[in-house]
Formats: sequence, C-alpha cells, structure tokens
Amino acid sequence: MEQVLRWLFFACAAISVLTTLAVVGVLSIETFNFFQQVPAADFLFGTRWTPLLEPKSYGILPLLFGTTLIVIGAAIVALPVGLACAIYLSEYAGARTRDVVKPILEILAGIPTIVYGFFAITFVTPILRTLIPSTEVFNAASAGIVVGIMVLPMVASLCDDALRAVPNALRDGAYSLGATSFEVTARIVVPASLSGIFAAFVLAISRAIGETMAVTLAAGATPNLTLNPLESIQTMTAYIVQVSLGDTPAGTLSYQTLFAVGAVLFSMTLILNLIANAIMNRYRDVYE
Amino acid sequence: MTPQAQLLKKRHRISAAFKLFCLSVTCLAVSILGILILEVTLLGLPWLNADFLTSFPSRFPEKAGILAGLAGTLWLVTLTAAIAIPIGVLAAVYLEEYAKPGRVATLITINIANLAGVPSIVYGILGLAIFVRFLGLERSVLAGAMTMSLLILPVIIIASREAIKAVPSSLRQVAFALGATRWQVTRDHVLPQAMPGILTGVILALSRAIGETAPLIMIGALTYIAFVPEGPMDEFTALPIQIYNWTSRPQEAFHELASAGIIVLLLVLLIMNATAVWIRYRGSKNKFK
Amino acid sequence: MTQPSEVLLQANAVSIAYGDQLAVNAVTLPIYQQRITSIIGPSGCGKSTLLRSFNRMNDFIDQVTLTGKVTFNDQNVYASDADPVAVRLNIGMVFQKPNPFPKTIYDNVAWAPKINGRRDNMDDRVEQALRQAALWDEVKDRLQESALNLSGGQQQRLCIARALAMNPLVLLMDEPCSALDPVSTARIEDLLFELKETLTIVIVTHNMQQAARVSDFTAFMENGVLIEYGPTETLFTNPENKRTEEYVTGRFG
Repeated sequence: MEQVLRWLFFACAAISVLTTLAVVGVLSIETFNFFQQVPAADFLFGTRWTPLLEPKSYGILPLLFGTTLIVIGAAIVALPVGLACAIYLSEYAGARTRDVVKPILEILAGIPTIVYGFFAITFVTPILRTLIPSTEVFNAASAGIVVGIMVLPMVASLCDDALRAVPNALRDGAYSLGATSFEVTARIVVPASLSGIFAAFVLAISRAIGETMAVTLAAGATPNLTLNPLESIQTMTAYIVQVSLGDTPAGTLSYQTLFAVGAVLFSMTLILNLIANAIMNRYRDVYE
Repeated sequence: MTPQAQLLKKRHRISAAFKLFCLSVTCLAVSILGILILEVTLLGLPWLNADFLTSFPSRFPEKAGILAGLAGTLWLVTLTAAIAIPIGVLAAVYLEEYAKPGRVATLITINIANLAGVPSIVYGILGLAIFVRFLGLERSVLAGAMTMSLLILPVIIIASREAIKAVPSSLRQVAFALGATRWQVTRDHVLPQAMPGILTGVILALSRAIGETAPLIMIGALTYIAFVPEGPMDEFTALPIQIYNWTSRPQEAFHELASAGIIVLLLVLLIMNATAVWIRYRGSKNKFK
Repeated sequence: MTQPSEVLLQANAVSIAYGDQLAVNAVTLPIYQQRITSIIGPSGCGKSTLLRSFNRMNDFIDQVTLTGKVTFNDQNVYASDADPVAVRLNIGMVFQKPNPFPKTIYDNVAWAPKINGRRDNMDDRVEQALRQAALWDEVKDRLQESALNLSGGQQQRLCIARALAMNPLVLLMDEPCSALDPVSTARIEDLLFELKETLTIVIVTHNMQQAARVSDFTAFMENGVLIEYGPTETLFTNPENKRTEEYVTGRFG
C-alpha cells in the first residue's frame, strides 16, 4: 500500500517534468517541420514577416523588434519606478506605511492582464494621442507603458527583498561616518544589493517578453521593422494570438510558424529566467 | 558660512530631494490602482444590472450580457480545481515527505521553478497541440481546464511545499513513534496542519486561472457562444475572453460593456482573495505551535 | 591620568526609552578629553543604548525617545537645530561586529572623506588612517582587495581606520573586541593607548579586565541606572557602592 502511494505521488510530481518535456517536444517537432521548408537563416535574419499574406515571407526580425520596443517601454516604466518604490519601502517607510503599500502592490500584481489591456486602450492611448497627435491608434508606447505597470509590483517586491537582505550593520557603519540617508542608500545599500536588483530586472524583462493580452489589444497587428514607439507593431506573442484566432489548419506552414515563434519566445524567457535564478542564488549566499 | 557647512547643507538638500522623489514615485504607483478602479467603475457601473448578468453576448450592446462567460468561467475553474489541486498537493507531498534529497528531487524542484516563469501563452500552444489536436478534445471546457491546470500546477506545488515544510517535524516524529506509516502520518497530521497554507496557495492559483486570457484564446475559446455549457466536452467562453472580445471592438458602447465585465471579474477575484485571507486568519488562530 | 583634562562630551540626566520600556534612566556622565572612559555592566543594562545616544545612532531605531541633554563642546546634540550628520562627523563609532563595506580596503577608508568632498591627498589620508589603526603594514600591498577577505581582527581595525579617516574628536566603541580572538583583542587594546594621544574614547565592554587595563575612567551601569562613576583604579579597588564591588569582583554579571 505504502509503495503504491509512493509511486502515485511520484507520478504527480513527475507531471511537472513531463510538462516541460512536452513543451520542448511540441515546439521542437513543429519548428523542425517548419525549418524543412523555410531556411533557418531566412527565419532568423529576414526583415519581412508576412506568413499569412502573399508574397509570403518568414523573417522574424520585425516581431523581435516589436517585442523589443515593448520591453524597452516596460523597462523605462517599471525598473526606475519599481526600484524607487522598493527604496522607499525598505529605507524610509515605517511599518504602517508598508502595511498599506505592500497589499496594494499585491493587488496590482493580481489584476488580470486583460484588465491592463483594457486600461491601455481606453486610458493610456487616448492620453498619448492627445499629447502627441501623430500617435497611431495602435502603438507600441501605450502597450509598453501598461506592460511596465504590470511588472512594476514584481520589480518593487523583489528589489525590496534584495535591499532588506543588506544587514543593518552596514547602514549603521555608514551613518556613523556622518553620511546622509541618500548617501547610505545610493552608495552603500544599493551597491550591496546590486545582484538582487539585477535579478529582479532580468525577471521583469522576461515577463515583459511573454506578456500577451495588453500588447495584442493595444500595440496592433502590423509586423513592422521600426523603433518608433508611436507606430503600430506586432510582438511575437501578439502574432501567436493572431494565428490562433484565424482558422489555420494543422500541418500547414502558417500553423507551424506559430510553433517556430513560440520556440523563440520560450527560449528567450527560459534563458532570462535561468540567468535571474543563478544571480539570486548567488546573492542569497552572500549575507548568510 | 564655511565651505564645509555649505557642502553639508547641499548634501542634506540632495538627500531630502531623493526621499521626496521616492515617496512621490511610490504614491504614483499606488494611485494607479485607484485610477484603474475609478475608470472601470465610471464606465461600467451603469451597465451592471440583472439583465447584464443573465444575457448572452449580442451584436447589440444593449442586449449583450455576461452569462455565457460567467458560466464558462465557473465550469473552467471547477474542472481546473478538480484536476490541479489533487495533483499539485500530492506532488508537494511527494517532494516534502517521500522524496529522498538527491538528483531527482533537485531536478523536479528546478524544473518547477522554471515552469513558473514560462509565459502563459506557451501553455496555450501546448494545450492547442496536445489537448485540442492530439487528444482530440476540441475546444471543450475540459481542454481549457487541462491547459489551465498545467499553468497553475507550479504555483500550487510551491505554495503547498511551503505549507508542508512549516509543519514542525516533532509532530511527525511523535506520530511515527506511535507506529504510524508515512501515509498515515501525512494524512492525519501533516496535511491537516498544512491545510490553511495549502488552501491559500490553491485559491491564489485559481484566481490566476480565472484571470488568464491568452491560453484560452490559443485553444480556441474565442467564439460566439450563446449557451451555458452542460458538460465538460461542450464548447465554452470565459469572462476574460468576453472582456477581450468587447475591448477589441472600436465602438464606445462595447468598451463600457467590457468595463462592466471587468467589474464582475474583479468581484469574483475579490471574493476568492477575501476567502484566502479569512482562511489564513483562521488558520493562524488554531495552529499547532 | 596625570594632566587634568576638560570635559568634551557629557550626558546630562539622559533617559532613553524603547516604546514605554525605560532602557537608560537619568544618567549623568562626563567624558574627559583625551581620556578613555569605559562603561561596564551586565548585558541589557543600557550601556550600548547610552553609547549610541552620544552620536544619535538611536535615531534609526523605531519608537526610541530620549529626554535630557547630551552636550558636545557645550552644544546640545539633541537641540532642534542640531544636525545629526554634523555630530557624527565629529564623533565616530566602531561596532560590536566588524562591519566593513563590501568594497575594497582603500574605498572603505576613503568613503567618508569622499562623501564629505575631501578628495585632495586621498592616498595620504588613507595611509595615515590605516597607520593610526596599526593596519598599514598588513594591507599596504593589497589595498584594492575586497575588505571582506580580511580576518575578523583586521576587519575591526579597518573599521577603526575608516572612522579615523575623518579625524573625529571622539571615538565610540561598542564592545569592539567581543567578536575577536585574544591576540586581535590585545592589538586593539595597544592601539587604544596610541589613539588616546589625540582622541577621546568611550568604550562599552562586558570584559572587566579590559576596562581595568585600558581606561582612565569607568562607569558601572545596572538596569539603566548609573551606579558608580570614577577613576578606574578607585572603582576597581575601592568601590563606594556594594553592587559595584560585587560586579567587579565577579559575583554576578
């Protein structure tokens, strides 16, 4: 009986490994089929992405540029604001302020992404178009800002953890030398927690790359090799959604593009997550 | 004033300015929640009435409602809970109570940590390839629930492991000393103690499943559905899908409908999270110390 | 202990409370210039709290309230227009556990002068401070190495050098040897005699032999109250108070 249960429980735990294998397997097989017909170089370095229109072209660079624009926009919003929030929470705020601010950040983190997409379309885009009239209805800036807002709570919370891991003895040492709170924070505490902050930034970028709904709604569906944030673009995730919305039969080349783009997306986020985890494991060792 | 005193004054000014900057940025971040809720409420509240809750989607905004989405979400979350909770909790039991520390356990742990960071749309691709196409489940609630289960399993496993880890090992030793088997110890002592923590994690994971949109779109849940699913093999739509559909239309009236839908979605999430807080509060009151 | 000396720093009826818990109760204690004053007493007697009040390091602990006055050069450091940063520039501090910054040895010592805009002759400043702290010979060839690579005793002397780099008038030491081995402790005690030439030192210690060896004056505290204060020799050989006698003869504590 014990032995049967042990194996049953093991099977449950093994499902997680199977999931990973299935993801890698599904993406690899269909991507392999895709590369049978489209040379890998054309895919990775091509500058036109028109797999659903004639003449068909399968260069992923426009999608990568689109994703990059969103990541840049999100980073501009989330990294400085998240770090500043974390510094306020960890270095200045009293216990009572923390008790108010932290739950609000948790709520913001728990709001579904579709709500942020709605927010981008109905709030951020109109403001942008009033400020800069040349802004297109669908544009990278609005989606980028909103993706930044989405990952902000995560950045703030991880940076807060990193800052609070710095022992108070270091702060005492710096204050006792006649430093101001800014000097203690900016020149001692932040440098001492830099690896943790860096890990938070990497995770935020990974999340921004994988974000789907806000960019699908607000950034448009125009694969566009541009770095102008006011234009309509398409990200990798938005393309995947676009294909799945249409009626694309399995086995066709357009169906396989979905997996090829998914494989690129998966690899990028996986690498970033591995880097972030490696950094975090290292900094956790430092002060223990 | 001496140069030293002047410099000191300047340093104090920089320091005060920096503190003010951090404070204002934090206020700004916190106020986003207020802006969001205010906007959604102003747009959506007028539409929120009994008709809205009991009508099916329609081309005419005045007649459109959220019933199909609400019912679909309830189906989805129930099936997801039925699949993901036992698997997730038992996997956590295996990793905490049964697995010998070693390569296999480490591999599974690392694997779960990495799965937690995989974008949700990738789970959608997986669901599309495996459940919808390969297993031939089509666009059913079951396919959706299986996809969502894979998505939230890492969250459930991680939270359950934390809860199980927090159970003092003295409790296990007492039970083992009385001659109980490992499963008896787990079932009668460890799991009841860990239950509040596990439930909190489970509710948070299910909240995530309720809010996720992308994986459902991938498996094809974005269709015109004017009925309530009656079984796990029926087609379905869900709250976030319905919101997506309305938001992606250009007409202002549909945006207002989307706001009303968002209010319903956020209320459902609020109820679930309040439950989690309540369980955590009750759990902290009568706990083995 | 031959020349008479001025009072440089003084606690006047200082009471300190954490919330409603009184930690220091109406302590009046003079600190003489270029002398070493030690504060002894059982753990939890409030000696560290009193020490941290001299350079306002208690400001960073939540819910600490202080009444009374701490005067430095006859100025109340708790006056409403007093600047704690300026106070700490004159009154340096060394802590119980060595707390070097995770930077190079050089940057640890150069940090305080740098933020104070004293960037001229930095190499000389660093060398002088390290020499004063009797660390120069050991580290002169590895100034660009991380301070965290030093041994515990070296780290503590680095922290002393770091505090000396700003040429403070007073050095507060909070059980500076409690985390160190006997050899390192002896080195730091030797160092104190040299520093006394130019500096005023207040040292908190639970090691009575140390207090007897190094200090000119000793204060004995118990339960937040200053029980007895006087020249070290008198306090150890001929104490007025019975509790003091019991403590210095090792009957409790």
